[in-house]
Amino acid sequence: MIKNFWIYLACATLITYLIRMLPIVLVKKKIKNKFLLSFLYYIPYAVLSVMTIPAIFYATSYKISAIVGFLIALILAYKEKSLVTVAFFSCLAVFLCETIIKFI
Amino acid sequence: MKENNNFLRGIADGIPVCLGYLSVAFAFGIFATDKGLSIIQTLLISMTNVTSAGQLAMVPIIAVGGTLTELAISQFVINLRYALMSVSLSQKLGKSVNMFDRFVISFVNTDEVFAIATSNKFLVGKKYLYGLILTPYLGWSAGTLIGAGAGNILPLGITSALGIAIYAMFVAIVMPEAKKHTQTALCVLCAIVFSCLFKYMPLLKSVPDGFTIIICAALSSVIFALFAPIQNEDEDGEQK
Repeated sequence: MIKNFWIYLACATLITYLIRMLPIVLVKKKIKNKFLLSFLYYIPYAVLSVMTIPAIFYATSYKISAIVGFLIALILAYKEKSLVTVAFFSCLAVFLCETIIKFI
Repeated sequence: MKENNNFLRGIADGIPVCLGYLSVAFAFGIFATDKGLSIIQTLLISMTNVTSAGQLAMVPIIAVGGTLTELAISQFVINLRYALMSVSLSQKLGKSVNMFDRFVISFVNTDEVFAIATSNKFLVGKKYLYGLILTPYLGWSAGTLIGAGAGNILPLGITSALGIAIYAMFVAIVMPEAKKHTQTALCVLCAIVFSCLFKYMPLLKSVPDGFTIIICAALSSVIFALFAPIQNEDEDGEQK
């Protein structure tokens, strides 16, 4: 039986929300500083890259299927396909690859 | 600067995130109920926190009755990256976004929502943002509920394949921009090198994930902001 669940829940919720909410509510001016603007331009791409590699290679049951899925995503993204298309075919590639592996 | 304020466009952009979340939240649901939380408790955590890494860290603490300090510090460290993302997102908000909207939108400012909103060509308006956060939030909640309630129904092959969805989507966001601007591609490579160092190097790999993301992303962005500052932001937005 879990004790004090509500206190834990309230504590985690509050901290997570404050971290997200305060900057959005407090920063209302447009930033003009060129360094800051550049930093803010780069940051989303850097965050996504850090979260993707190497984590993507551990996201599926086999490393080889993850690599195949990653390559398919790279190719389709290079061709500037939509987010849904890239995600769908990457998943499909992983699924097919793992189905083949199970037959071998 | 133009403002993207189309609700349906937001929904459309949110769908791949929703699909990715279904699978990740599904895994979280299984994990939390395994640790002894009830289905309702598991669902409530997802609906109030909306953060994958933070939630994964809090469940073991709750399960063994850890201290609140421990819980607070872990959540602060793991989720601190959102402060950076919220500053960045604040710069993308269009005029239609009022104070009340800021309080609501920040609640669902996840890594993915942030990335899609800020990589938009134009400023983002309130209708677009509400559309963008709606399906991911539903996917996150529904995925948790299904995972907690019926974790073992889906065959492994399907859950494994879904596991890559969110990363494939990240690739789809980063690639076109990296293709267009060499300095962005280089910054991405730089971030990847840092990320791998923090994953595989002794000592560095003991740094918690939440910190790793902040350190690697901020470091590479600072380096490139210093040595390859972007030109005019409006110009940048126009030609896309």
